[in-house]
Amino acid sequence: MKELTVISGKGGTGKTSVVASFAALAAGSVLADCDVDAADLYLVLEPKIIRQENFSGGKRARIDHNLCTACGKCKELCRFDAIFFDGEGNERLQKTFRVDPVACEGCGVCAWFCPEKAIIFAEAVNGQWYVSETRHGPMVYAKLGIAEENSGKLVTTVRQEAKKIAEQRGLNTIIVDGSPGIGCPVIASITATNLVLAVTEPTVSGLHDLKRVADLTSHFNIPTLVCINKWDLNRDIADEIERQVTDNGLVVAGRIRYDKAVTEAQIRGLSVVEYTKDGCAEDIKKLWRNVLDHLQGLV
Amino acid sequence: MITISIASGKGGTGKTTIANNLAVVSSDNGYSVTYMDCDVEEPNGALFLKPKIEEIHPVSVSIPKVDPEKCTGCGLCGEICQYSAIVVLKTSPLIFPELCHGCGGCWEVCPVGAITETFRDTGKLETGHADGIRFAQGILNVGEVMAPPVIRKVKAVRTDTDLLIIDAPPGTSCPVIESIRGADFVLLVTEPTPFGLNDLKLAVEMVRILMLPFGVIINRADVGDDRTRNYCQSEQIDILAEIPDDRRIAEVYSRGELVCKALPEYRHVFSELLERIEKKITPGKGAAERRADR
Repeated sequence: MKELTVISGKGGTGKTSVVASFAALAAGSVLADCDVDAADLYLVLEPKIIRQENFSGGKRARIDHNLCTACGKCKELCRFDAIFFDGEGNERLQKTFRVDPVACEGCGVCAWFCPEKAIIFAEAVNGQWYVSETRHGPMVYAKLGIAEENSGKLVTTVRQEAKKIAEQRGLNTIIVDGSPGIGCPVIASITATNLVLAVTEPTVSGLHDLKRVADLTSHFNIPTLVCINKWDLNRDIADEIERQVTDNGLVVAGRIRYDKAVTEAQIRGLSVVEYTKDGCAEDIKKLWRNVLDHLQGLV
Repeated sequence: MITISIASGKGGTGKTTIANNLAVVSSDNGYSVTYMDCDVEEPNGALFLKPKIEEIHPVSVSIPKVDPEKCTGCGLCGEICQYSAIVVLKTSPLIFPELCHGCGGCWEVCPVGAITETFRDTGKLETGHADGIRFAQGILNVGEVMAPPVIRKVKAVRTDTDLLIIDAPPGTSCPVIESIRGADFVLLVTEPTPFGLNDLKLAVEMVRILMLPFGVIINRADVGDDRTRNYCQSEQIDILAEIPDDRRIAEVYSRGELVCKALPEYRHVFSELLERIEKKITPGKGAAERRADR
């Protein structure tokens, strides 16, 4: 079984559109949408949910205002600016301390040290994950609650479930749609994956962000391919990216031309390769063959 | 001071373009302006503003240090840690610095004072000026997991210009929250595609949870369909500006140039945008709250 993770550094370079097309081209793969902050793959693949689970990324503190004596120990200890002195009052006090659930990082230090045991520290539900069937095979995806913590743990959960399904059904490819950036969810989506495909665009920001992504994958020793999307938007920078990528020992696995069909397909709820046979669809097919060869260790 | 945070659920919708052109046009119009790049995983503002960096400061986070001589192996530190960053085996505790949130629980709880607070660099803060605009950006070290401490360091830079523009990262989780917390106004940048709309809805939910005033700007306004406009209308969300899908803008952007300089016919979009935002907010409120936060 082989796992491919598609990331980009910079957002909006076309990760999800590429993954949707790969899903259509790869007969018999499991899809994992690990962009848990802003999952979009389901908009194209119209999944039928067969299983739904709550996700808990950790615990969260809540002050029982009836027990609070307003000693202020919690505020003194909290390192996340999450305690405010504007909570509901009680028989003895006009106001008490309150935990801002958005700022709380779930460390539990306030609850541990509260002399009145007035702080409840309990498991919080901060997202859902889903196992679904799509026209291109099973897909696992998730929704992290707004303003929630621990997207990395949710990404890991999605990848583990995708792997289980691949094992159960004897499918040998997992395609992971990652998130932008280089932080927590991205690291969780590439750890111990077999191959990374970094989708970039020929802009100075695309190049800048690609370098950081390449540093990240080399930091974790993960084989990495690069794809230049909308390459004809700026041919000089596309060439510059190719030069720099090659100099760093990475491989450009394909270039995809700028094509309005990408947006048109999205509006119709289709992947580009289902929507059209020409233009960028040809480029994506070529890219996929190349990626698949690398994934299967043929190159 | 007016603080405007520029955010979006979806990446690549044009946050940085809007943020730096708004900064430059406002500065040209006589405002004193500070620009903070809080997209510390992939900061791009400097590619366009080309600031002269005058100061570089490391960003460090707290981590524990164990004195094995004093440690009795009681295991309380491992028990209080919610992040598996300190694990007690038979001997003295093992520390996993990348997992540590720096909450201080372990050194507070240690009964024999064997754990002390020490620091570890996870990124840097750079400050300087770009053509009269005060500039600050955070850069997360490659391989580090946690962006929020670097973002907090950027936002702690003291400034008292008329306008503070914050370029936030994409998404709706902790780094974004940290970037928009305390803003007077949040500008959500979207594009009228199904992905853009889906992620805009998430971003709207986020700013509503934080109870921040906000408005939408539609970039590449003539691609896609009407669903984004219909959504904004039915939710009574103001669309403050629309920018057309002009290939020249994409080319100017690709070269790292400013739209307002290369294509001056678009300057008015940014002047009008600021006027519209100013009408919607109570200046200074965000700044006061930010101070209260610290």
